[in-house]
Amino acid sequence: MIKFDAVSKRYPNGTTAVDGLSLDLPEGGVTVLVGSSGCGKTTTLRMVNRMVEPTSGTISVGGRDILETDAAELRRGIGYVIQQSGLFPHRTILDNIATVPLLLGWGRRKARARAAELLELVGLPADAGKRYPHQLSGGQQQRVGVARALAADPPVLLMDEPFGAVDPVVRTQLQNELLRLQEELRKTVVFVTHDIDEAVRLGDRIAVFRTGGRLVQCAEPAELLARPADDFVAGFLGAERGLKLLSLTDLADVPYAPGGEIRTDEPVGGIPRDGDRWRLVTSPRGEPLGWLDTDALPAGGTAGEAPLEPVRPLRDTDSLLSALNEAVSSPAAAVARVTADGVLTGLTSRDAIHERAGRSHAEAGRAAAAGPRTPEDAAPGTAEAATAEAATERPA
Amino acid sequence: MTIEWGWFPDHAGELARLTADHLATAVPAVLFGLLIALPLAVLAHRVRPLRGFVLGASNILYTIPSLAFFVLLLPVTGLTRTTAITGLTAYTLVVLVRNTVEGLDAVPASAREASKAMGTSTLRTLLTVELPLALPVIMAGVRVATVMSISLVSVASYIGYGGLGQLFTDGFQRNFPTPVIAGVALTLLLALVADAVLVTVQWLCTPWLRGTSRPHGASRLRGAFRPQRSSRPQSLESRKRA
Repeated sequence: MIKFDAVSKRYPNGTTAVDGLSLDLPEGGVTVLVGSSGCGKTTTLRMVNRMVEPTSGTISVGGRDILETDAAELRRGIGYVIQQSGLFPHRTILDNIATVPLLLGWGRRKARARAAELLELVGLPADAGKRYPHQLSGGQQQRVGVARALAADPPVLLMDEPFGAVDPVVRTQLQNELLRLQEELRKTVVFVTHDIDEAVRLGDRIAVFRTGGRLVQCAEPAELLARPADDFVAGFLGAERGLKLLSLTDLADVPYAPGGEIRTDEPVGGIPRDGDRWRLVTSPRGEPLGWLDTDALPAGGTAGEAPLEPVRPLRDTDSLLSALNEAVSSPAAAVARVTADGVLTGLTSRDAIHERAGRSHAEAGRAAAAGPRTPEDAAPGTAEAATAEAATERPA
Repeated sequence: MTIEWGWFPDHAGELARLTADHLATAVPAVLFGLLIALPLAVLAHRVRPLRGFVLGASNILYTIPSLAFFVLLLPVTGLTRTTAITGLTAYTLVVLVRNTVEGLDAVPASAREASKAMGTSTLRTLLTVELPLALPVIMAGVRVATVMSISLVSVASYIGYGGLGQLFTDGFQRNFPTPVIAGVALTLLLALVADAVLVTVQWLCTPWLRGTSRPHGASRLRGAFRPQRSSRPQSLESRKRA
């Protein structure tokens, strides 16, 4: 969908922002460009809609050389979201979203109707449409930014650290929303961030850049985490990259066993003291409430009245990483598994989670090794190696 | 000094005529000033090297004593209203050019950038994004320029187009204070009304700023003239000190 061929950007003062970049971004996937400041990731993004013109090389979008396309026309066909939302302070939210449709000559009525549709799509109430940007919170403004970028239904979406300026809680919400939207819309997204966790969460593929504008590795998150091409990438992924890998696996195929749970209304007198020390207490509906210490049972009353240690139940869609976290903090060394409705299905032991975590790593390592690249191509630290992968791999 | 109240009813017609005359000189001066200042300021904003030159030139125009200005213009435009308007127009530039440049500077870079990135042409971005966002600062300049023009019109009474200023000459020559006081009061009233009209116009044109305590761009203004300290000589002196 987007193809970089030997693209370089050098400035008159001699700095090289992007150096010999060749990269092929498949249609309908999220490619995240990561790297430290000044590594050329933003420049790469901005070259796609000609906000920056390459010094050499060619870039094509949808098979057309962008330098042979009229810049304004090209930009109207590419959604663009920037960090400070870039909303027009003097236009209402609805008019902000309608910007590109109006430029395309849709007419005011149709453009407004489309804007209202998008407002709903990004999860904002309809009455927000009449407000001005400064009347919304940072997170809401960023949602409007996304809605505005999607207004004319462009096939390509460029996002330049769109969630960099909001607090972590809102950022997680926005990331989830983006994943939900992407599930539905299947845009070709190029996303720039310096946050590797964000990259792992959102990316179908991650391209790691190094200072001086060189692409070091471009791979699926699991492969990147399992087999970083060189020390630079490994360093950038951080010491916890093994754990990050676990955040990519969900719990669906991790087995669980019946939990031997106790209902809140059971009298404590009937609970055996010689079995498992920690027993899970659930509500009458079956929702886990906490862990009961059978070594320290009160003299009387029901299980629900006894002091409980907190439990954080996990659904099948939760990650192995969160299960590991819960297994470590749970006094029972086990994780309570629940249905989507929060009803207990069973318990998974810490050992079972460890075992699955180990298998995840082995699988990721094997998948990376079984990839189409040859050992020569995989020579670490070269943009060419990453390019070869990029050209031949399809997203999972 | 006594005011002869009986003078007023006798001269009501003349006062009305002089007020209209006053406005007929002051208002076109501001309008022409805007017509000249906007393109100059856009140019100065876009082409950095021209900035100092444009701002410097408008400052220099301002330093020419008003009387000398009219004398210099006389051979070209003669004893006409054009002479009065031309002189005043030149004086409005110092405020209008500077405030427009400052206003354009205060437009958030992200808004300008977003406009370009969505495929808006440069001209359309200027007209639909930059100028509207610069409007509060430009309007601040227009208010200062308007009040300044209204107060300066009286100087043109030397060439016969002083509006209410004619009353000063008249009163001084006859050692009769009533017309002088009437002239001062009406000039003041005119300035206040004109300012109120402009505040209303600005309010109508900037719905996004209503009900906000933090008007866009205001905190970033460095050298713009603001009506709060609009008395002309003070503004200029404080600028010179800065």
